[in-house]
Amino acid sequence: MEPKIIDFEQGWDYIETGITAMKRQFEVPVPEITPEHILDLYTAVYKMCTQRSPHDFSSQLYQKCCETMEEYMNSTVLPALNEKLGDEYMLLRELLKRWSNHKMLVRLLSAIFHYLNRYFIVRESLPSIEKVGMGYFRDLVYNKIQCKVREAVLALVDKEREGEDIDRKLMKRVLEFYVEIGMERYEQDFETFMLKDTASYYSRKASSWIQEDSIHDYIFKSEQCLQKEKERVSHYLHFSSEPNLVKVVKHEFSVVHENQILEKTHAERQISLGPLAKIFKQHVTDTTINAKEQVLIRKVIELHEMYMVTECFQNHTLFHKDLKRAVAGSDALLATFCDRIILKKWGSEELSDEDIEKVVIFLAYISDEKDIFAEFYRKKLALRLLLNRGVSDDHERSILTKLKQQNRGQFTFKMERMMTDLTLSRENQNSFKEYVASYNHVAKPGIGLTVTLLTSGIWPSYKTFGINLPNEMVKCIEVFKEFYETKTKGRKLTWIHSLGTCHVNGQFDQKPIELIVSTHQAVVLLLFNTKDKLSYNDIQTQLNVGHEDLVWLLYSLSCGKYKILIKEPATETVSRTDVFEFNSKFTARMCRVKIPLPHVNDRKKVIEDVDKDRRYAINATIVRIMKGKKALGLQQLVSECVEQLNQMFKPDIKAIKMRIEDLITRDFLERDRENPNIFRYLA
Amino acid sequence: MPRSASKTSKKRTQPDSVTSSATDPVPSASSKKKSCKEMDATDQLFYKYANTSSGVIDPEGIEKLCSSLKVPHTDIRILMLAWRMKAARQGYFTKAEWRIALTALKADTINKLKKALPELEKEVRKPLNFRDFYAYAFKYCLTEERQRILEIETICKLLDMVLGSTFRAQVDYFVNYLNNQKEYKAIDMDQWMGFYRFCNEISFPDMINYNLEHSWPCILDNFFEWMRSKQA
Repeated sequence: MEPKIIDFEQGWDYIETGITAMKRQFEVPVPEITPEHILDLYTAVYKMCTQRSPHDFSSQLYQKCCETMEEYMNSTVLPALNEKLGDEYMLLRELLKRWSNHKMLVRLLSAIFHYLNRYFIVRESLPSIEKVGMGYFRDLVYNKIQCKVREAVLALVDKEREGEDIDRKLMKRVLEFYVEIGMERYEQDFETFMLKDTASYYSRKASSWIQEDSIHDYIFKSEQCLQKEKERVSHYLHFSSEPNLVKVVKHEFSVVHENQILEKTHAERQISLGPLAKIFKQHVTDTTINAKEQVLIRKVIELHEMYMVTECFQNHTLFHKDLKRAVAGSDALLATFCDRIILKKWGSEELSDEDIEKVVIFLAYISDEKDIFAEFYRKKLALRLLLNRGVSDDHERSILTKLKQQNRGQFTFKMERMMTDLTLSRENQNSFKEYVASYNHVAKPGIGLTVTLLTSGIWPSYKTFGINLPNEMVKCIEVFKEFYETKTKGRKLTWIHSLGTCHVNGQFDQKPIELIVSTHQAVVLLLFNTKDKLSYNDIQTQLNVGHEDLVWLLYSLSCGKYKILIKEPATETVSRTDVFEFNSKFTARMCRVKIPLPHVNDRKKVIEDVDKDRRYAINATIVRIMKGKKALGLQQLVSECVEQLNQMFKPDIKAIKMRIEDLITRDFLERDRENPNIFRYLA
Repeated sequence: MPRSASKTSKKRTQPDSVTSSATDPVPSASSKKKSCKEMDATDQLFYKYANTSSGVIDPEGIEKLCSSLKVPHTDIRILMLAWRMKAARQGYFTKAEWRIALTALKADTINKLKKALPELEKEVRKPLNFRDFYAYAFKYCLTEERQRILEIETICKLLDMVLGSTFRAQVDYFVNYLNNQKEYKAIDMDQWMGFYRFCNEISFPDMINYNLEHSWPCILDNFFEWMRSKQA
């Protein structure tokens, strides 16, 4: 028997009743439509679509389905929203409710008309029920009220800015709704306006604050606002809005009021960047300390606090550029400056250790070529540590820790090792003392010897020259060597007498004076224990020292401030024909006197050393990159190199090219046969 | 009777008179299958110039050869001949190498060899061959074991010989530069080939298409800047 044909009117009637029931459940609490009912409706649709022509009602059903959705938007959904326009919360809640309902409705309809969706729609290339439904919601509902929705959202945001607590969960869902409707809707209908609103909000705030507040408070407030906006993003705005939002806030606070900020700063602190740089440079070339430097230090500290503490300004081009420009090319000077301020504490108002630390960190931060700064700093640190000048170990370590945090990589590696060396050296010295005390050889060393052990490669390399030591010193060294062999075998000890210090007792006519001299100087002086007068040649023969070094030594003892030896003739310089005599008439106010040796300017050497290190660094980086990539074009290799080395210095393309050529010569790389612009790694 | 092929000759070892199985790059009509009579003629010619005790043509022999060919000692054609026979050691031709070249040139008398020279030159100057020849010229001058660079003086002479006729201006200026600069005391293969590429690719003397940021060897970057400073 043939199945009964469902007549269209009848069929549709039945279906429509079901749909109405579905719609009702959104309005009033009624028992939910059952799965059985849905199945029945589905079956009805199925039958009506599979009946033979002219009873195939697919097309009519499709139309009716669309109509019913459209009708629902216009008759129920939109009016419901229009009712709530007066209140932000009510509107937004209603929107979310209607949206959720809509999605449910579309789902149900898609289920019921599933057969249509699958066959008729595909066959006729029509939009799916879901698509139609979404389209209706967007065109008939969303487009009509979206302005109001946006206004509501922004009003709440501003309320929150003013300090009111708002329903963040609701906000999040509303903004998720935007995204569901479409990212372009989020961006065009919401984000653009949100950014404008934010800009005008902060524009008002910034304008009033810049007038009323001190520069410190202004900056503090701007920081807070920035922080809050970021929080807002994490709580309900879409993450993609963050960069633009941050930009807007920063713009309103720092760029718009740039000039006023500068003026305020100037008025309040009397800082202006031009003169600062001049004073800065002046200071480090001046050898005398004066009150200006106290002021300078304070200014530097204040600048530091202003720039470092505030993220708002930290990367702000204006300040950054000016500051860097002011100290450009002065990395060596910056490091030297650090040394001086660590060593000296000025006048009546002592600077605290914290202050000094801040300045050092700040100077390291603004230095341009960090590896030059680090190298100079290391050399100065070494001298501070070795010659016992300056501040406590704890203080030095504290600075190093902070420098390490600020700069990644190898910046402080050697310096920390240097400090460790000294600690170990001290322990070692104690052991040595015990060793000497229990020394049961007949001839104990008559001189007290303190040895500082430096690991080579960690410390700057120091020039020293050989000299024939007197027996007493030779004995000391032998004993120490013995001792050291008991502790560590197979290590080579190189004595750097140029860094050594000796305390020599001078028995002068008026009173005995203790002379603090270098080991080399001491050796010269000790010659005069056996003879009062010695010629240059005598001295040279006995000590076996080169001419330049000997001149330097004798000069320091006979031509400087303290003349321990009398030189004949009493000319300004030392020559080979001079004769030296012990100056028994020498005296000084104190009973202990330091005889300094003029230091050689090693700036050039430091630059050379840094250049060498840079060459190694570039080489290593190129090899590392090429090992991974196997083959790379020049431009890419250069940019990767620059990126990897950027922390410490900026290599230029020429330097990199030279290193590449070096590596080609050493068979690490080769040029590609076909394309000379490409390099290959040779395993 | 086929010749027994023994060990392949390596570069920079003592020239040996043992038969080597060096292959001929350019196929010639009759390679190994020659009549004893022809071999003898080529061999005989070889022995005319070879040193009797060492069994190879040494620098003295080459000089004699040059005067026989009425070609200056420093002429590029001798170098071309060396290239053709893939001579391993500067200033020396082994019998095997000799045979390769002369067979290829189809010459077994001095006159035939002389007549074959223009053809040889044409062969070498073909673009594909010339690049190889240019590289060979550099390697040929590496006399020490493990030597990789040539002194500036040698380079200047070599450039003049090899590229003088085709890139006169570039060679003149570059040689001038090399003699005036202090940074480089020698040139390596990469720089040598770079200059050839330079001559071929860069318009001269305007050098309008030269780019410091490309992978030209640094010495050419310096040359470029030196030229610019002169042109200013």
